[in-house]
Amino acid sequence: MIWEWLIKALVLIFTLLIGFGYLTYYERRALAFIQSRLGPNRAGPQGLMQWMADAVKLIFKEELTPDNAYKLVFFLSPVVTMVPSIVIAAVIPWGPPVTLFGQTFNQYVADINVGILYLMSIASIAVYGIVLAGWSSNNKYAMMGGLRSSAQMISYELTLGLSFVVVILMAGSMSLVEIVEAQREVTWFAVIQPVGAILFFIATLAEVNRHPFDMPEAEQEIVAGYHTEYSGMKFALFFMAEYQKMIVISAIMTTLFFGGYLGPGVDRFPWLGPLYMAIKIIILLFFMIWVRASWPRIRYNRLMAFGWKVMLPLALALVFITATGILLADTMGNPWLMAIIPVLSLIAGWIATLMVDRSLRRKSYA
Amino acid sequence: MTVDLILFLILALVAVATAAGMLFSRNAVYSALFLVLNFASIAVFYLLLGAPFIAMAQITVYAGAIMVLFLFVIMLLGAEQLAPIKVLPWQRPLAIGLAAVLVAETAYLLILRAKPAADIIPPAETVNTLGELQRLGMALFNQYLLPFEVTSILLLVAMVGAIVLTKREKGERE
Amino acid sequence: MLFEYIAIATLIVLAVIVALIAIGLGELFGPKKKMEEKSMPYESGMTPYGPGTRRMPVRFYLIAVLFILFDIEVVFFLPWAIVFRQLGLFGLIEMAVFIAILLVGYIYAWKKGALEWE
Repeated sequence: MIWEWLIKALVLIFTLLIGFGYLTYYERRALAFIQSRLGPNRAGPQGLMQWMADAVKLIFKEELTPDNAYKLVFFLSPVVTMVPSIVIAAVIPWGPPVTLFGQTFNQYVADINVGILYLMSIASIAVYGIVLAGWSSNNKYAMMGGLRSSAQMISYELTLGLSFVVVILMAGSMSLVEIVEAQREVTWFAVIQPVGAILFFIATLAEVNRHPFDMPEAEQEIVAGYHTEYSGMKFALFFMAEYQKMIVISAIMTTLFFGGYLGPGVDRFPWLGPLYMAIKIIILLFFMIWVRASWPRIRYNRLMAFGWKVMLPLALALVFITATGILLADTMGNPWLMAIIPVLSLIAGWIATLMVDRSLRRKSYA
Repeated sequence: MTVDLILFLILALVAVATAAGMLFSRNAVYSALFLVLNFASIAVFYLLLGAPFIAMAQITVYAGAIMVLFLFVIMLLGAEQLAPIKVLPWQRPLAIGLAAVLVAETAYLLILRAKPAADIIPPAETVNTLGELQRLGMALFNQYLLPFEVTSILLLVAMVGAIVLTKREKGERE
Repeated sequence: MLFEYIAIATLIVLAVIVALIAIGLGELFGPKKKMEEKSMPYESGMTPYGPGTRRMPVRFYLIAVLFILFDIEVVFFLPWAIVFRQLGLFGLIEMAVFIAILLVGYIYAWKKGALEWE
């Protein structure tokens, strides 16, 4: 029993670590491709060993701790940032159960009935590492970056939570395994909830401080934000946390909206499950990188206003549209009535876009 | 049962220690962090009692939201370093009296009104099932409908209060 | 019953160990040449002045309060979403009343400019 948990946990951690290494490479190559450059191609064939070179470099860098930093918290906050980014992946199913050595193994660390709430609670814990890193550095830039970052994360967490609610309404369960299985019967939830998937994607960009919402790291304003004072491996842990969060959150999005490990032939060959997950995650990650390559950073007041005035009401409206659609389909006994959910939600999204557009036109500083 | 008891004792120790750490920390940020640990250990208590939903909600709302507010307030005031303040003369007796009331109340609930554990704690097999969550939902939205709706009024009052306290009138700005 | 949570606890412990090993590697192999300039707070090369942590704008407080309130609302949404099919129309009305009351506060906040970040 204990060996199974240990091995599963180790496999998950090392998958994420290696995934982090190759994601940095993937991002740099993809950005280079978009910008007509080559990108890293020296270390190893096609630069595939680049992440190892980076890791070795960071290991041999000096670990600086400013004199007036709060030493203990300064030491702990990279750990507090990195650990949730791994732990949150515990409830994600990577594939259907497989048989190995005559025993059946589930391809997840834990399947708990409050899976979605678990995701929310770990995501809310992740705020601490950043705000504490900012505070304990005892540096003006770091402090400002930490506060900005945490205010942004908590604002977009609400939208994230409400898009979870939409999925739970559809699946009738909070367990991620059951959510995936519910999509086997219907279809990918992204088909019924296109606006929900888009809202989730935007909220995750803000949640992991990615472009165009990377205000906490706006170099021109506050140097490197909350990790200004960090160097060496402590800096690497923040870096690691950010990229692991990208992978994990893409995995969550795949699970909730894009059918998780489902795909042709997955029932006969359960090992195809992780493969389908990986393909879907890589595609979603490409969208994140594409956004980074294409859009400038959004100003902070716009960012907060967008979160509170556009995303939150839209997500709330989406919850009620979904509830109404399910109610209609249930009372009429015709599942095709669910089709009003995408129609109405797309109309709501369109109206929201129009209103944003109008308010931007009206303001003279737009 | 014995494993549960050992776990409970360890956790109780952690909970008490973190609470004491919160009280005796000089730095307000450390106090807040001890309180986060305290909330986390209480969440594990809920887990041991077979209430994963409450446990996770405890972490999300208390550790994740309310303590972030506390940290913001501490940083807002720049009040990390507490200057030794003068203790009001009646503060200590009042605190002891109130603590005694709390202990008496808890003792009354524990000893006189206690229900057998089997009535409260769901059997281990059902804790991790959808049915258990559905029971919670049905109870909340049928039996406890009125408290639920009143909660929203409470939230509304809190929201208006915070805005009134912090936001100046339009004319006042600049 | 707790087995799933013990699995999660195992993962937490291992993740902490990995993080500590990573920092330990850096401490072990990294050079250590202490200099006064290096251990000063970084302010783009200027000599730092004043304390590093200072009083922060009150809007952070406001955002955090609003977040708590809506977070509680989201947590209430979760069990509601699970039993929604059993509750039916009744459930929809219940939640609509709950949200309508909160929306009053939301509109108040909007009109007061609490959602602005100027």
